Amino acid sequence: MATNRCRFKLLQGNEACVEGALAVGMRFYAGYPITPSTEIAERSSVRLPQLGGKFIQMEDEISSIAAALGASVAGVKSMTATSGPGFSLKQENIGYAAIAEIPIVIVDVQRSGPSTGLPTSPSQGDVMQAKWGTHGDHPTIAISPTSVQSTYNEIIRAFNLSERFRTPVIFLMDEVVGHMREGIELIPTEELEIIDRNEKMINGLPYAVGEREYIPHMPSFGTGSLYNITGLFHDDEGFPTNDNKMAHDEGLRLMKKIEVYKDDIIKYETIDTDDCDTLIVCYGGTMRAVLGAKERAKETGLKFGIFNPITIWPFPEEKLAELSKKIKNILVVEHNYGQILLTVQRIVKDNSNVHFLGKIDGTTISPDEIIKKLQEVNSNAQ
Amino acid sequence: MCKSELRFTGSGGQGVILGTIIMAEAAFLDGKSVVQSQSYGPEARGGLCKAEVLVDDKAVNYTKVTKPTCLMSLTQQSFDKYKDTLADNAVLVVDDSINVPKNIGEAHKVYKLPILSSARKVIKNPMSANIISVGAVNAALDLASKESLEDAVVAHIPKGTEKLNVSAMNLGAQMIKEYVH
Repeated sequence: MATNRCRFKLLQGNEACVEGALAVGMRFYAGYPITPSTEIAERSSVRLPQLGGKFIQMEDEISSIAAALGASVAGVKSMTATSGPGFSLKQENIGYAAIAEIPIVIVDVQRSGPSTGLPTSPSQGDVMQAKWGTHGDHPTIAISPTSVQSTYNEIIRAFNLSERFRTPVIFLMDEVVGHMREGIELIPTEELEIIDRNEKMINGLPYAVGEREYIPHMPSFGTGSLYNITGLFHDDEGFPTNDNKMAHDEGLRLMKKIEVYKDDIIKYETIDTDDCDTLIVCYGGTMRAVLGAKERAKETGLKFGIFNPITIWPFPEEKLAELSKKIKNILVVEHNYGQILLTVQRIVKDNSNVHFLGKIDGTTISPDEIIKKLQEVNSNAQ
Repeated sequence: MCKSELRFTGSGGQGVILGTIIMAEAAFLDGKSVVQSQSYGPEARGGLCKAEVLVDDKAVNYTKVTKPTCLMSLTQQSFDKYKDTLADNAVLVVDDSINVPKNIGEAHKVYKLPILSSARKVIKNPMSANIISVGAVNAALDLASKESLEDAVVAHIPKGTEKLNVSAMNLGAQMIKEYVH
Protein backbone atom coordinates (compact mmCIF):
# COMPACT_ATOMS: atom_id res chain seq x y z
CA MET A 1 0.00 0.00 0.00
CA ALA A 2 2.65 2.45 1.04
CA THR A 3 4.71 1.97 -2.11
CA ASN A 4 2.86 4.72 -3.98
CA ARG A 5 3.17 7.64 -1.62
CA CYS A 6 1.22 10.10 -3.81
CA ARG A 7 -1.83 7.88 -4.18
CA PHE A 8 -1.96 6.49 -0.64
CA LYS A 9 -1.78 8.90 2.27
CA LEU A 10 -2.49 9.17 5.96
CA LEU A 11 -5.04 11.98 6.18
CA GLN A 12 -7.49 13.49 8.59
CA GLY A 13 -11.18 13.36 7.61
CA ASN A 14 -11.22 17.14 7.23
CA GLU A 15 -8.13 17.01 4.99
CA ALA A 16 -9.64 14.24 2.85
CA CYS A 17 -12.74 16.41 2.43
CA VAL A 18 -10.58 19.13 0.85
CA GLU A 19 -8.59 16.69 -1.31
CA GLY A 20 -11.76 15.07 -2.67
CA ALA A 21 -13.31 18.48 -3.35
CA LEU A 22 -10.18 19.58 -5.23
CA ALA A 23 -10.11 16.34 -7.23
CA VAL A 24 -13.68 16.92 -8.45
CA GLY A 25 -12.90 20.55 -9.35
CA MET A 26 -13.61 22.80 -6.34
CA ARG A 27 -11.70 26.02 -7.04
CA PHE A 28 -13.28 28.47 -4.58
CA TYR A 29 -13.57 28.26 -0.82
CA ALA A 30 -14.85 30.93 1.53
CA GLY A 31 -15.13 30.21 5.21
CA TYR A 32 -14.79 31.31 8.78
CA PRO A 33 -12.84 28.83 10.91
CA ILE A 34 -14.62 26.96 13.69
CA THR A 35 -13.75 23.75 15.56
CA PRO A 36 -14.05 20.93 14.54
CA SER A 37 -14.10 22.04 10.88
CA THR A 38 -11.10 24.40 10.93
CA GLU A 39 -8.69 22.05 9.13
CA ILE A 40 -10.93 22.25 6.06
CA ALA A 41 -10.34 26.00 5.82
CA GLU A 42 -6.67 25.56 6.71
CA ARG A 43 -5.93 22.99 4.01
CA SER A 44 -8.04 24.84 1.43
CA SER A 45 -5.96 27.98 2.10
CA VAL A 46 -2.78 26.08 1.26
CA ARG A 47 -4.00 23.87 -1.59
CA LEU A 48 -6.31 26.16 -3.59
CA PRO A 49 -3.63 28.72 -4.56
CA GLN A 50 -1.40 25.80 -5.70
CA LEU A 51 -4.12 24.82 -8.20
CA GLY A 52 -5.03 28.32 -9.38
CA GLY A 53 -8.10 28.49 -7.13
CA LYS A 54 -9.12 31.11 -4.62
CA PHE A 55 -9.39 30.91 -0.83
CA ILE A 56 -10.86 33.68 1.23
CA GLN A 57 -11.42 33.92 4.97
CA MET A 58 -14.49 36.08 5.37
CA GLU A 59 -15.59 38.11 8.40
CA ASP A 60 -18.22 35.55 9.42
CA GLU A 61 -20.20 32.48 8.39
CA ILE A 62 -22.99 34.37 6.60
CA SER A 63 -20.63 36.24 4.30
CA SER A 64 -18.68 33.00 3.69
CA ILE A 65 -21.61 31.16 2.15
CA ALA A 66 -22.61 34.35 0.31
CA ALA A 67 -19.15 34.60 -1.25
CA ALA A 68 -19.19 30.92 -2.20
CA LEU A 69 -22.61 31.39 -3.84
CA GLY A 70 -21.26 34.35 -5.82
CA ALA A 71 -18.33 32.30 -7.07
CA SER A 72 -20.65 29.47 -8.04
CA VAL A 73 -22.91 31.83 -10.02
CA ALA A 74 -19.75 32.75 -11.94
CA GLY A 75 -19.31 29.05 -12.79
CA VAL A 76 -16.71 27.99 -10.22
CA LYS A 77 -17.34 24.90 -8.09
CA SER A 78 -17.51 26.32 -4.56
CA MET A 79 -17.55 25.09 -1.00
CA THR A 80 -17.83 26.43 2.52
CA ALA A 81 -17.39 24.52 5.77
CA THR A 82 -18.46 25.13 9.32
CA SER A 83 -19.76 23.53 12.49
CA GLY A 84 -22.88 23.84 14.72
CA PRO A 85 -23.17 27.58 15.46
CA GLY A 86 -21.86 28.46 12.00
CA PHE A 87 -24.27 26.05 10.34
CA SER A 88 -27.14 27.92 12.04
CA LEU A 89 -25.86 31.18 10.53
CA LYS A 90 -25.66 29.71 7.03
CA GLN A 91 -29.28 28.58 6.92
CA GLU A 92 -30.75 31.69 5.27
CA ASN A 93 -28.40 31.45 2.30
CA ILE A 94 -28.96 27.70 1.98
CA GLY A 95 -32.59 28.58 1.23
CA TYR A 96 -31.41 31.22 -1.22
CA ALA A 97 -29.26 28.63 -3.01
CA ALA A 98 -32.24 26.26 -3.13
CA ILE A 99 -34.66 28.72 -4.77
CA ALA A 100 -32.07 30.47 -6.96
CA GLU A 101 -30.77 27.01 -7.95
CA ILE A 102 -27.10 27.70 -7.29
CA PRO A 103 -24.85 24.64 -6.87
CA ILE A 104 -22.83 24.73 -3.63
CA VAL A 105 -21.47 22.23 -1.11
CA ILE A 106 -21.86 23.17 2.56
CA VAL A 107 -19.82 21.04 4.95
CA ASP A 108 -21.04 20.82 8.55
CA VAL A 109 -18.67 18.98 10.89
CA GLN A 110 -21.11 18.41 13.74
CA ARG A 111 -20.11 19.14 17.34
CA SER A 112 -21.94 18.81 20.65
CA GLY A 113 -24.81 20.86 21.90
CA PRO A 114 -26.94 23.82 20.88
CA SER A 115 -25.25 27.25 20.68
CA THR A 116 -21.49 26.97 21.29
CA GLY A 117 -22.05 23.74 23.29
CA LEU A 118 -18.97 21.53 23.58
CA PRO A 119 -16.72 22.85 20.79
CA THR A 120 -14.30 19.91 20.60
CA SER A 121 -16.73 17.03 21.22
CA PRO A 122 -18.59 14.81 18.76
CA SER A 123 -22.31 14.84 18.01
CA GLN A 124 -24.84 14.13 15.28
CA GLY A 125 -27.29 16.72 16.46
CA ASP A 126 -27.67 18.64 13.18
CA VAL A 127 -29.36 15.90 11.15
CA MET A 128 -32.79 17.49 11.26
CA GLN A 129 -31.31 20.96 10.85
CA ALA A 130 -29.71 19.76 7.62
CA LYS A 131 -33.20 18.96 6.35
CA TRP A 132 -35.32 21.70 7.93
CA GLY A 133 -32.83 24.38 9.02
CA THR A 134 -33.75 26.85 6.32
CA HIS A 135 -37.38 27.92 6.15
CA GLY A 136 -39.98 27.04 3.57
CA ASP A 137 -40.46 23.90 1.51
CA HIS A 138 -37.20 23.15 -0.22
CA PRO A 139 -35.36 20.10 -1.52
CA THR A 140 -32.50 18.74 0.59
CA ILE A 141 -29.60 16.50 -0.26
CA ALA A 142 -27.39 15.54 2.69
CA ILE A 143 -24.61 12.96 2.79
CA SER A 144 -22.91 11.52 5.88
CA PRO A 145 -19.51 9.77 5.55
CA THR A 146 -18.30 7.04 7.94
CA SER A 147 -14.53 7.07 7.38
CA VAL A 148 -11.71 9.14 5.94
CA GLN A 149 -11.92 7.17 2.67
CA SER A 150 -15.68 7.62 2.42
CA THR A 151 -15.23 11.34 3.14
CA TYR A 152 -12.97 11.55 0.08
CA ASN A 153 -15.32 9.51 -2.11
CA GLU A 154 -18.57 11.09 -0.92
CA ILE A 155 -17.50 14.73 -1.17
CA ILE A 156 -16.90 13.99 -4.86
CA ARG A 157 -20.45 12.65 -5.11
CA ALA A 158 -21.74 15.70 -3.19
CA PHE A 159 -20.25 18.06 -5.81
CA ASN A 160 -21.57 15.95 -8.68
CA LEU A 161 -25.11 15.97 -7.24
CA SER A 162 -24.94 19.69 -6.54
CA GLU A 163 -23.85 20.44 -10.12
CA ARG A 164 -26.34 18.09 -11.74
CA PHE A 165 -29.38 19.22 -9.73
CA ARG A 166 -28.26 22.83 -9.20
CA THR A 167 -29.00 22.63 -5.52
CA PRO A 168 -27.14 23.03 -2.22
CA VAL A 169 -25.74 19.75 -0.90
CA ILE A 170 -25.08 19.43 2.83
CA PHE A 171 -22.02 17.30 3.61
CA LEU A 172 -22.85 16.18 7.12
CA MET A 173 -19.64 15.09 8.80
CA ASP A 174 -19.13 14.68 12.53
CA GLU A 175 -16.18 15.32 14.84
CA VAL A 176 -15.30 11.61 14.93
CA VAL A 177 -14.79 11.39 11.16
CA GLY A 178 -13.51 14.97 10.72
CA HIS A 179 -10.72 14.68 13.27
CA MET A 180 -9.51 11.11 12.87
CA ARG A 181 -6.66 10.05 10.62
CA GLU A 182 -6.68 6.98 8.42
CA GLY A 183 -4.74 5.74 5.45
CA ILE A 184 -6.66 6.34 2.23
CA GLU A 185 -6.41 6.06 -1.53
CA LEU A 186 -6.63 9.41 -3.29
CA ILE A 187 -8.32 8.57 -6.58
CA PRO A 188 -6.98 11.11 -9.10
CA THR A 189 -9.21 13.43 -11.15
CA GLU A 190 -8.65 11.57 -14.43
CA GLU A 191 -10.14 8.40 -12.91
CA LEU A 192 -13.28 10.09 -11.55
CA GLU A 193 -16.72 10.50 -13.04
CA ILE A 194 -17.17 14.27 -12.93
CA ILE A 195 -20.52 16.00 -13.56
CA ASP A 196 -20.50 19.65 -14.60
CA ARG A 197 -23.63 21.80 -14.72
CA ASN A 198 -25.50 22.06 -18.01
CA GLU A 199 -25.31 25.67 -19.24
CA LYS A 200 -27.19 25.42 -22.55
CA MET A 201 -29.88 28.04 -21.92
CA ILE A 202 -33.30 27.42 -23.51
CA ASN A 203 -34.69 30.27 -25.70
CA GLY A 204 -32.56 32.84 -23.88
CA LEU A 205 -34.49 32.16 -20.65
CA PRO A 206 -32.14 31.30 -17.76
CA TYR A 207 -34.70 29.51 -15.58
CA ALA A 208 -36.55 27.73 -18.40
CA VAL A 209 -36.62 23.92 -18.34
CA GLY A 210 -37.13 21.64 -21.33
CA GLU A 211 -40.02 19.25 -21.76
CA ARG A 212 -40.08 16.58 -19.01
CA GLU A 213 -37.12 18.35 -17.40
CA TYR A 214 -36.82 19.72 -13.89
CA ILE A 215 -33.49 21.49 -13.90
CA PRO A 216 -32.82 24.86 -15.61
CA HIS A 217 -29.68 25.48 -17.70
CA MET A 218 -28.61 29.00 -16.85
CA PRO A 219 -25.17 30.07 -18.07
CA SER A 220 -22.46 31.32 -15.73
CA PHE A 221 -22.19 35.03 -15.04
CA GLY A 222 -19.41 36.54 -17.07
CA THR A 223 -20.06 34.39 -20.15
CA GLY A 224 -22.18 36.95 -22.02
CA SER A 225 -25.71 36.57 -20.64
CA LEU A 226 -27.23 39.04 -18.23
CA TYR A 227 -30.07 37.83 -16.05
CA ASN A 228 -31.68 38.39 -12.69
CA ILE A 229 -31.20 36.17 -9.64
CA THR A 230 -33.50 36.50 -6.65
CA GLY A 231 -34.67 34.70 -3.55
CA LEU A 232 -38.25 35.53 -4.53
CA PHE A 233 -40.28 33.15 -6.64
CA HIS A 234 -39.47 34.13 -10.18
CA ASP A 235 -40.33 33.68 -13.84
CA ASP A 236 -38.12 32.01 -16.44
CA GLU A 237 -36.18 35.25 -16.86
CA GLY A 238 -35.41 35.29 -13.16
CA PHE A 239 -37.62 38.28 -12.32
CA PRO A 240 -39.84 38.18 -9.20
CA THR A 241 -43.44 37.12 -9.46
CA ASN A 242 -46.43 37.01 -7.13
CA ASP A 243 -48.40 34.82 -9.49
CA ASN A 244 -49.74 31.87 -7.50
CA LYS A 245 -49.67 29.43 -10.37
CA MET A 246 -46.09 30.31 -11.22
CA ALA A 247 -45.12 30.01 -7.53
CA HIS A 248 -46.83 26.63 -7.36
CA ASP A 249 -45.15 25.36 -10.53
CA GLU A 250 -41.71 26.52 -9.42
CA GLY A 251 -42.09 25.21 -5.88
CA LEU A 252 -43.27 21.88 -7.23
CA ARG A 253 -40.43 21.69 -9.74
CA LEU A 254 -37.86 22.35 -6.99
CA MET A 255 -39.21 19.44 -4.96
CA LYS A 256 -39.71 17.17 -7.96
CA LYS A 257 -36.18 17.57 -9.30
CA ILE A 258 -34.96 15.64 -6.25
CA GLU A 259 -37.99 13.37 -5.78
CA VAL A 260 -38.06 12.13 -9.38
CA TYR A 261 -34.34 11.35 -9.41
CA LYS A 262 -34.10 10.07 -5.84
CA ASP A 263 -32.77 6.70 -6.99
CA ASP A 264 -29.77 8.51 -8.49
CA ILE A 265 -29.20 10.34 -5.21
CA ILE A 266 -29.92 7.72 -2.56
CA LYS A 267 -27.02 5.56 -1.45
CA TYR A 268 -26.97 3.16 1.47
CA GLU A 269 -24.99 0.23 2.78
CA THR A 270 -26.46 -2.98 4.22
CA ILE A 271 -24.48 -5.59 6.16
CA ASP A 272 -25.85 -9.05 7.03
CA THR A 273 -29.48 -7.99 6.54
CA ASP A 274 -30.57 -11.19 4.78
CA ASP A 275 -31.09 -13.27 7.86
CA CYS A 276 -31.34 -11.15 11.01
CA ASP A 277 -33.92 -10.55 13.73
CA THR A 278 -32.36 -7.27 14.79
CA LEU A 279 -31.23 -4.41 12.58
CA ILE A 280 -29.11 -1.45 13.67
CA VAL A 281 -29.68 1.82 11.80
CA CYS A 282 -26.66 4.10 12.10
CA TYR A 283 -24.66 6.62 10.05
CA GLY A 284 -21.49 8.75 10.12
CA GLY A 285 -18.88 8.13 12.81
CA THR A 286 -21.34 6.07 14.90
CA MET A 287 -21.19 3.36 12.23
CA ARG A 288 -17.64 2.60 13.43
CA ALA A 289 -18.78 1.75 16.97
CA VAL A 290 -21.52 -0.48 15.54
CA LEU A 291 -18.93 -2.27 13.40
CA GLY A 292 -16.81 -2.59 16.56
CA ALA A 293 -19.74 -4.33 18.28
CA LYS A 294 -20.21 -6.57 15.25
CA GLU A 295 -16.55 -7.57 15.30
CA ARG A 296 -17.23 -9.12 18.72
CA ALA A 297 -20.24 -11.17 17.57
CA LYS A 298 -18.43 -14.46 18.17
CA GLU A 299 -17.68 -13.57 21.78
CA THR A 300 -21.11 -12.00 22.53
CA GLY A 301 -23.27 -14.34 20.44
CA LEU A 302 -25.23 -11.32 19.18
CA LYS A 303 -26.41 -11.48 15.59
CA PHE A 304 -27.58 -8.32 13.91
CA GLY A 305 -27.71 -6.57 10.55
CA ILE A 306 -26.66 -2.99 9.80
CA PHE A 307 -28.39 -0.36 7.67
CA ASN A 308 -26.28 2.74 6.94
CA PRO A 309 -27.99 5.58 5.05
CA ILE A 310 -24.97 7.25 3.40
CA THR A 311 -27.37 9.64 1.68
CA ILE A 312 -29.19 10.73 4.78
CA TRP A 313 -31.56 13.11 2.90
CA PRO A 314 -33.53 12.05 0.95
CA PHE A 315 -33.66 9.12 3.37
CA PRO A 316 -33.59 5.65 1.74
CA GLU A 317 -37.19 5.02 2.82
CA GLU A 318 -38.14 2.21 0.47
CA LYS A 319 -35.23 -0.03 1.41
CA LEU A 320 -35.78 0.42 5.14
CA ALA A 321 -39.53 -0.20 4.78
CA GLU A 322 -38.79 -3.41 2.87
CA LEU A 323 -36.28 -4.61 5.49
CA SER A 324 -38.61 -3.77 8.37
CA LYS A 325 -41.22 -6.22 7.08
CA LYS A 326 -39.05 -9.20 8.04
CA ILE A 327 -37.22 -7.82 11.06
CA LYS A 328 -38.43 -8.00 14.65
CA ASN A 329 -36.34 -5.28 16.28
CA ILE A 330 -34.74 -2.13 14.89
CA LEU A 331 -32.22 -0.28 17.03
CA VAL A 332 -31.39 3.28 15.99
CA VAL A 333 -27.92 4.31 17.23
CA GLU A 334 -27.10 7.98 16.80
CA HIS A 335 -25.22 10.69 18.60
CA ASN A 336 -28.17 12.81 19.67
CA TYR A 337 -31.43 12.71 21.62
CA GLY A 338 -33.29 10.91 18.82
CA GLN A 339 -33.49 12.51 15.36
CA ILE A 340 -33.24 9.90 12.59
CA LEU A 341 -35.20 7.82 15.12
CA LEU A 342 -38.30 9.88 14.21
CA THR A 343 -37.83 9.17 10.50
CA VAL A 344 -37.27 5.46 11.16
CA GLN A 345 -40.43 5.28 13.30
CA ARG A 346 -42.43 6.97 10.53
CA ILE A 347 -41.14 4.54 7.89
CA VAL A 348 -41.23 1.34 9.93
CA LYS A 349 -44.66 1.95 11.51
CA ASP A 350 -45.75 -1.28 13.25
CA ASN A 351 -43.61 -3.61 11.13
CA SER A 352 -40.88 -3.83 13.81
CA ASN A 353 -40.25 -2.66 17.37
CA VAL A 354 -38.08 0.46 17.21
CA HIS A 355 -35.50 0.97 19.98
CA PHE A 356 -33.06 3.80 20.53
CA LEU A 357 -29.52 4.34 21.81
CA GLY A 358 -28.32 7.93 21.86
CA LYS A 359 -25.87 10.16 23.69
CA ILE A 360 -25.55 13.91 24.27
CA ASP A 361 -22.63 14.15 26.75
CA GLY A 362 -19.88 14.75 24.19
CA THR A 363 -18.33 11.27 24.47
CA THR A 364 -18.64 8.69 21.71
CA ILE A 365 -21.01 5.74 21.86
CA SER A 366 -18.84 2.66 22.46
CA PRO A 367 -19.22 -0.93 21.19
CA ASP A 368 -19.77 -1.97 24.85
CA GLU A 369 -22.79 0.31 25.15
CA ILE A 370 -24.21 -1.04 21.88
CA ILE A 371 -23.72 -4.65 23.02
CA LYS A 372 -25.43 -3.89 26.34
CA LYS A 373 -28.38 -2.28 24.57
CA LEU A 374 -28.69 -5.23 22.16
CA GLN A 375 -28.73 -7.65 25.09
CA GLU A 376 -31.49 -5.57 26.67
CA VAL A 377 -33.50 -5.57 23.41
CA ASN A 378 -33.08 -9.36 23.09
CA SER A 379 -34.08 -10.10 26.69
CA ASN A 380 -37.21 -7.93 26.38
CA ALA A 381 -38.10 -9.74 23.17
CA GLN A 382 -38.03 -13.15 24.83
CA MET B 1 0.04 -9.23 14.84
CA CYS B 2 -2.49 -8.46 17.57
CA LYS B 3 -4.22 -5.11 17.48
CA SER B 4 -2.13 -2.46 19.22
CA GLU B 5 -3.97 0.26 21.10
CA LEU B 6 -1.69 3.18 21.93
CA ARG B 7 -2.65 6.06 24.19
CA PHE B 8 -0.37 9.11 24.60
CA THR B 9 -1.21 11.55 27.37
CA GLY B 10 0.23 14.77 28.65
CA SER B 11 -0.39 18.46 28.85
CA GLY B 12 -1.55 20.55 25.89
CA GLY B 13 1.49 21.97 24.06
CA GLN B 14 3.79 18.99 24.70
CA GLY B 15 3.19 17.60 21.22
CA VAL B 16 1.32 14.53 22.39
CA ILE B 17 -1.05 14.61 19.39
CA LEU B 18 1.84 14.96 16.94
CA GLY B 19 3.51 11.98 18.62
CA THR B 20 0.53 9.78 17.77
CA ILE B 21 0.32 11.16 14.22
CA ILE B 22 3.95 10.13 13.71
CA MET B 23 3.31 6.66 15.16
CA ALA B 24 0.28 6.27 12.88
CA GLU B 25 2.20 7.47 9.83
CA ALA B 26 5.08 5.05 10.53
CA ALA B 27 2.75 2.05 10.88
CA PHE B 28 0.83 3.19 7.78
CA LEU B 29 4.07 3.36 5.78
CA ASP B 30 4.69 -0.23 6.87
CA GLY B 31 1.35 -1.19 5.30
CA LYS B 32 -0.70 -1.48 8.49
CA SER B 33 -4.28 -0.29 9.03
CA VAL B 34 -4.30 2.66 11.41
CA VAL B 35 -6.73 5.07 13.03
CA GLN B 36 -5.40 8.09 14.91
CA SER B 37 -7.55 10.46 16.94
CA GLN B 38 -7.32 12.90 19.83
CA SER B 39 -9.41 14.57 22.45
CA TYR B 40 -8.69 17.90 24.03
CA GLY B 41 -10.51 20.84 25.53
CA PRO B 42 -10.93 24.31 24.02
CA GLU B 43 -7.70 25.57 25.66
CA ALA B 44 -4.70 26.15 23.39
CA ARG B 45 -2.18 25.09 26.06
CA GLY B 46 -2.06 23.46 29.45
CA GLY B 47 -5.23 21.37 29.35
CA LEU B 48 -5.21 17.62 29.71
CA CYS B 49 -4.47 16.05 26.34
CA LYS B 50 -5.07 12.50 25.15
CA ALA B 51 -4.26 11.14 21.73
CA GLU B 52 -4.60 7.61 20.41
CA VAL B 53 -3.53 5.27 17.64
CA LEU B 54 -4.96 1.88 16.73
CA VAL B 55 -2.75 -0.36 14.59
CA ASP B 56 -3.82 -3.65 13.08
CA ASP B 57 -3.20 -5.92 10.10
CA LYS B 58 -6.90 -5.89 9.28
CA ALA B 59 -9.28 -2.93 8.98
CA VAL B 60 -9.82 -1.01 12.22
CA ASN B 61 -13.53 -0.57 12.98
CA TYR B 62 -14.18 1.28 16.24
CA THR B 63 -12.02 4.40 16.12
CA LYS B 64 -11.23 4.84 19.81
CA VAL B 65 -8.85 3.05 22.15
CA THR B 66 -10.73 1.19 24.88
CA LYS B 67 -8.04 -0.93 26.57
CA PRO B 68 -4.61 0.52 25.79
CA THR B 69 -1.89 -2.05 25.19
CA CYS B 70 0.52 0.88 25.54
CA LEU B 71 0.28 4.04 27.63
CA MET B 72 2.74 6.91 27.23
CA SER B 73 2.48 9.68 29.82
CA LEU B 74 4.45 12.88 30.25
CA THR B 75 2.63 14.30 33.30
CA GLN B 76 1.44 12.87 36.62
CA GLN B 77 -2.05 14.32 36.14
CA SER B 78 -2.56 12.65 32.77
CA PHE B 79 -1.03 9.37 34.02
CA ASP B 80 -3.35 9.28 37.04
CA LYS B 81 -6.37 9.83 34.85
CA TYR B 82 -5.63 6.95 32.47
CA LYS B 83 -3.59 4.44 34.54
CA ASP B 84 -6.56 2.27 35.54
CA THR B 85 -7.98 1.35 32.12
CA LEU B 86 -5.06 -0.66 30.72
CA ALA B 87 -5.12 -3.97 28.88
CA ASP B 88 -3.45 -6.94 30.59
CA ASN B 89 0.35 -6.87 30.38
CA ALA B 90 0.39 -3.39 28.89
CA VAL B 91 3.59 -1.52 28.09
CA LEU B 92 3.96 1.79 29.93
CA VAL B 93 6.44 4.42 28.80
CA VAL B 94 6.38 7.29 31.27
CA ASP B 95 8.54 10.22 32.26
CA ASP B 96 10.68 9.43 35.30
CA SER B 97 9.06 12.31 37.20
CA ILE B 98 5.87 10.26 37.37
CA ASN B 99 5.07 8.26 40.47
CA VAL B 100 3.90 4.79 39.33
CA PRO B 101 1.96 2.83 42.00
CA LYS B 102 3.45 -0.55 42.94
CA ASN B 103 0.45 -2.59 41.74
CA ILE B 104 0.72 -1.05 38.27
CA GLY B 105 4.45 -1.73 38.15
CA GLU B 106 3.82 -5.38 39.00
CA ALA B 107 0.97 -5.91 36.55
CA HIS B 108 2.54 -4.24 33.54
CA LYS B 109 5.87 -3.63 31.87
CA VAL B 110 6.89 -0.14 32.96
CA TYR B 111 9.68 1.95 31.44
CA LYS B 112 10.37 5.05 33.54
CA LEU B 113 12.56 7.19 31.30
CA PRO B 114 14.14 10.64 31.70
CA ILE B 115 12.16 11.97 28.72
CA LEU B 116 11.54 15.59 29.75
CA SER B 117 14.98 16.13 31.32
CA SER B 118 16.81 14.57 28.34
CA ALA B 119 14.89 16.79 25.96
CA ARG B 120 16.19 19.80 27.88
CA LYS B 121 19.72 18.60 28.71
CA VAL B 122 20.74 16.19 25.93
CA ILE B 123 18.76 17.34 22.87
CA LYS B 124 18.70 20.89 24.27
CA ASN B 125 15.15 21.49 23.10
CA PRO B 126 12.24 20.83 25.47
CA MET B 127 9.93 20.56 22.43
CA SER B 128 11.64 17.29 21.46
CA ALA B 129 10.14 15.30 24.38
CA ASN B 130 7.38 13.94 22.14
CA ILE B 131 9.89 12.70 19.57
CA ILE B 132 11.97 10.99 22.28
CA SER B 133 8.73 9.35 23.41
CA VAL B 134 7.94 8.20 19.88
CA GLY B 135 11.38 6.60 19.54
CA ALA B 136 11.00 4.90 22.93
CA VAL B 137 7.46 3.61 22.35
CA ASN B 138 8.35 2.24 18.94
CA ALA B 139 11.38 0.43 20.33
CA ALA B 140 9.45 -0.92 23.32
CA LEU B 141 6.67 -2.30 21.11
CA ASP B 142 8.73 -3.08 18.01
CA LEU B 143 5.84 -1.57 16.08
CA ALA B 144 7.18 0.09 12.92
CA SER B 145 10.43 -0.32 11.04
CA LYS B 146 13.15 2.18 11.93
CA GLU B 147 13.11 3.54 8.35
CA SER B 148 9.37 4.19 8.37
CA LEU B 149 9.56 5.83 11.78
CA GLU B 150 12.35 8.12 10.61
CA ASP B 151 10.39 9.01 7.43
CA ALA B 152 7.33 9.71 9.56
CA VAL B 153 9.27 11.95 11.97
CA VAL B 154 10.85 13.91 9.13
CA ALA B 155 7.48 14.33 7.37
CA HIS B 156 5.87 15.99 10.38
CA ILE B 157 8.49 18.39 11.78
CA PRO B 158 9.57 21.88 10.68
CA LYS B 159 12.19 21.95 7.91
CA GLY B 160 15.69 22.45 9.28
CA THR B 161 15.06 20.47 12.48
CA GLU B 162 15.55 17.02 10.94
CA LYS B 163 18.90 16.32 12.61
CA LEU B 164 17.71 17.35 16.05
CA ASN B 165 14.51 15.33 15.83
CA VAL B 166 16.11 12.19 14.41
CA SER B 167 18.63 12.25 17.24
CA ALA B 168 15.73 12.67 19.71
CA MET B 169 14.03 9.65 18.14
CA ASN B 170 17.24 7.62 18.36
CA LEU B 171 17.76 8.68 21.97
CA GLY B 172 14.29 7.36 22.86
CA ALA B 173 15.06 4.00 21.23
CA GLN B 174 18.41 3.82 22.99
CA MET B 175 16.80 4.44 26.40
CA ILE B 176 14.64 1.34 25.88
CA LYS B 177 17.56 -0.75 24.65
CA GLU B 178 19.68 0.12 27.68
CA TYR B 179 16.83 0.01 30.21
CA VAL B 180 17.38 -2.04 33.31
CA HIS B 181 14.16 -3.19 34.99
